[in-house]
This record gives sequence, structure tokens and C-alpha cells, in this order.
Amino acid sequence: MMLRENWNDVGQGFHPVSAPDYLPTAQLHELQLRRLKAIVARAYENVPLFRERMDERGLTPASIESLADLAKLPFTIKTDLRDTYPFGLFASPMSEVVRLHASSGTTGKPIVVAYTQEDLQVWASAMLRTFASAGIHRGDIVQNAYGYGLFTGGLGAHYGLEAIGATVVPTSGGNSDRQIMLMRDFGVTGISCTPSYFLHLIERAQELGVDLRELPLRVGVFGAEPWSDGMRERIEEGAGIKAYDIYGLSEITGPGVGAECSAQNGLHIFEDHFYPEIINPETLEVLPDGEEGELVLTTLSKRAMPMIRYRTRDITRIITEPCSCGRTIRRIDRIRRRSDDMFIIRGVNVFPSQIETALLAVEGTLPHYRIILTRSKGLDQMGVEVEVSAELFSDQVRAMEELHHRLAHSIERITGIRAGLRLVEPHTIPRSEGKARRVWDERNS
Amino acid sequence: MKVTQISSFIENRPGRLHAACAALAAKGVNIHTLSLADTREFGILRLIVADPAAAKAALEGAGYIAKFTDVVAVEVPDDAGGLSRILAHVDAAGLNIEYMYAFSTTVGEHAIVIIRFTDADRAVAELQQRGVNVIEPVKLLAQ
Repeated sequence: MMLRENWNDVGQGFHPVSAPDYLPTAQLHELQLRRLKAIVARAYENVPLFRERMDERGLTPASIESLADLAKLPFTIKTDLRDTYPFGLFASPMSEVVRLHASSGTTGKPIVVAYTQEDLQVWASAMLRTFASAGIHRGDIVQNAYGYGLFTGGLGAHYGLEAIGATVVPTSGGNSDRQIMLMRDFGVTGISCTPSYFLHLIERAQELGVDLRELPLRVGVFGAEPWSDGMRERIEEGAGIKAYDIYGLSEITGPGVGAECSAQNGLHIFEDHFYPEIINPETLEVLPDGEEGELVLTTLSKRAMPMIRYRTRDITRIITEPCSCGRTIRRIDRIRRRSDDMFIIRGVNVFPSQIETALLAVEGTLPHYRIILTRSKGLDQMGVEVEVSAELFSDQVRAMEELHHRLAHSIERITGIRAGLRLVEPHTIPRSEGKARRVWDERNS
Repeated sequence: MKVTQISSFIENRPGRLHAACAALAAKGVNIHTLSLADTREFGILRLIVADPAAAKAALEGAGYIAKFTDVVAVEVPDDAGGLSRILAHVDAAGLNIEYMYAFSTTVGEHAIVIIRFTDADRAVAELQQRGVNVIEPVKLLAQ
């Protein structure tokens, strides 16, 4: 595909920063190998944990002679980030680190990630390519309703949107009525947020008598949680927009690791910066393209915090067929499950995080909850107990019944499963030490 | 003129109401009037007590939610049509009743109803203007 002057018009060529999306494969591999060698050397010289693991295996940076040699290197896992909290995996002195982000840390200590000035430029360019893939361009007014702060979503999307030349409306999360008012009054044409939050906005807009389908809004870029094709349909029909899935994780950079293009058939990984492998999560063997397994990512250009073979726990496959959009970088299937916390009920994959999202969407605060799976007459049932907090409680029966209804509806909307919801008194759900236990599977007992 | 009501969330299973009342008894809280609105799964307990702060502390100490709500104690003539006449005033003033229940004892010659209005302040003003006797907490609880 030729780079054209008028890349700002949808369907008329591409943004110059998106050029690596279209590199001839041989040239891409050459670039990847050059960057891989440099990043392995950088991590070896600056990160003691990585150096130790290399030494144990008798490896040095010189052991990397081809992309296939990546398979020799040790994996990095989430616990490594916790064990070296806060700065143990940094490869740059603090004087070169210009930004820190951190996870919400449901298990105590958060995961901390760092960026140099160059890292932020790479991240912004990856987010630019993400938005460009969704057809966003200069002249678009984009409402960014990802949370701003320690979470990578808000600022990650923000700088990508500014880089592409769109007008950013940095609303961050929450205050749905104001989100809808600004969307309408500003003539917003694009939105980026979590898919469940946007579903909530669609419903709230209906209650307020605002028909999103009649607004200039035409495109949504959604990520940070797994979402189904069913949710995509509801979003596209409910708001009259095109809804694109994006992928990313803080450990690698944040959003911007991969994104859907106009074909909406898999997510292109920006593999000139983030090199994907698929492994068998049990044997840890690398699987050929096309086979399903756990996604492992290596940051090829990250300076402050290189990640070598980071196990994402996300289950997907690399799509081998070329994409109709013309991009040469490879695609992965949409992430539908993770290897650690998912359960299957009536053939549907459900994640505790989806229940969490559903509960959060109702009142904006996450109540204490648990999921109880039972089997009655051969049919699996999902029960969700939600503790009533002082914030959720009302002295009026009607208000409590409405709360019950909204919570149950939100869970069904996001998981596609009708749950038996029970409101329970505070402190009645067992607390566990360390990581909260969310799922009680009583189907086999 | 408003009365502070305590309300609490009670799961609809054996022993929960008793445990809430036991928590109040242990702290010496005397319940003047109680109303329990129930659904299949849960109930909402509403109490009028002499010392709402003590009741709230007792319930919260036992792990219950306790919330203050302003309600209005209205004197009702103890004769046929007494309540109807009060409600006519409520309608005439355009006041919205969320729920109501009877106070357990009379004050002097009169029955008392506890009414949860959407807007308690406006209800007190409107009712007094129409000559309806709104009972002060001090008088109500001096039994």
C-alpha cells in the first residue's frame, strides 16, 4: 500500500506513523531481531533477576542469533513484578524514568511499571496506530472515558489521541450524566472506554431520553476487559457506531499492544515493538501460529522496564491468514479467556472480572461479592451474593428491589448468563487472607 | 419536629431479626416502635428509639447496617375517619408518602402514625400550616 498525502481521510491510505503495520515480512523480521538482541543485552546488563536466570541457563545476550532463539530465554511472570516491588525490574536509572503507573493491586502490593521519555513516545505511537486502525483521524472529537491516573488506560489513550491530532475530551471515568451531556453538546465522534461502561452509558442515555444513534458518534475503541461478540452487537446497534476491540496490559506498556482494524477480525499486534509467542501453558512449549495457547509477549523497544517473554495468562491464537486490511503484522484472536481464573457455565466462559465489572457498572463502587456455582437437575446455576453496604442500602423496599434488579440485569448483560442474585448482610461472605476468593464451585460436591 | 428513624437491612432467614434485637437489648436500647417491611429475600427493619445514636452503634457493632432517616410523627384523632382526614391534608398539600406505620402507643387521647415523606421538611411545614398536629420527638419518646 502506498503512503498517500490524504491519510486523514478514512479509507484513503494510512497515517505515516502506521507505516510499520505494512512492512514486508522479511524487513519486519530483520527489525525485530535487531531490537531483540538489543533488549536482551539491556535487560541482561541492568536487571539482576534476568541476568541470574540467564546465567543459570548458561545463556548470554550473544546466544540470541535468530528470532527462534527467543524460545531459549526464561519467562517472566506476574509474581516477578510483585517480588521485586517496587523498582526491582527497572533497567533505567530513576533520572531517566519520567512516568510510573501501577495496578490497582487487588492482592496487596500493586504492580509498578516505568517509562522513559522514549518509552512514552513508543507508547503514544502504538496508541496512534491503535486509533488509526479504528479509522480515527484529525478532526475527530474523541471522549476518553478511561480512568486517568495510575491506571494506564486513561493517559495511554490520551497521548495516542493527541498524537493523531484528534480533539481529546478527557472526561476520565464516572459521572455518566455529564458524559452523555458532553457527548451530545460537543458533537463527539469517537469514544474510548471499557465496553461495559459504554453499555452502561447507552442505557443511561436511553433513560435520559438521548438517542446516541442520532448523535455524530460513529466509532468506539474498547478494551481493558474481555467482551463478547454479543456485547459488540448490543453496542453497535444501541449506539449506531462501529465498536473496535483493543488489547494491552500495563506490564508490557498499557493499551496499544494490539488493535482491531476495519476488518474487525482479530487484533493486529504491533509486533515491531511487542513480539508475540503462543505457548502451551502446561508444557511451556512454543506452539506454531494458528494453535491456541497462552500469549507470551516480549517488549522489543522498552527501555525503563524491558519484559522478556512475559506470560500474559491470556488464551488466544495467532491468526495465520493475511488480513483484508493490508496490514502485514500478525493478528491474534480476541481474548475470550485467561488461563487462571475463568469458569465455564452452561458452555459459556465467565470471568470473575466480568461479574466485578457488572457490579461496578451499577453503583460505581465494588461491593463485596461471591459467585456460587451449583447444579440442580443437571443444569448449572450461577448464584451471585452481594453484600449490601451502607452506600447501597435504602430504607425503602422499592429502592432495594430496584437495586436488586439493576445488579441482576447488569450481570446478565455482560456475561449473557442469568444469575440468581441475592442481597446479603454485610460481613456474611467469608474473607480470605491474601487474594480474595471469588468463586465457590459446588457443582461436584 | 422531625423524628429520627433507624433502618437496617435484615436477611430473610431464621435468627437474623432476633440477633438484631438482641444487639439492641445488650446495649439497653428500648424500642418504642418497630416496623418490618419484608420481601422474599430480605426485610427492612425500621425502628423508633429514644437514643438513635446508641441504636446505630449497637447495630453496627453487631455487623448490621444502620441508617438514619427523617420521618414525621403525626397525631391522628382516635375516631372513625381520623386517619382519612389527615391523609386528605397530605393529598391537598401534594405530599408524597413513601411508607407509614402506626406508633405503638397513644400520646394522650390520640393515636400516632409515623410517616416517611419524600421531603420531611416540607411535610412538617405543610401539615402544621393545615392545623395537623406534628408531634415533637421529645414528647413522642417521653413515654
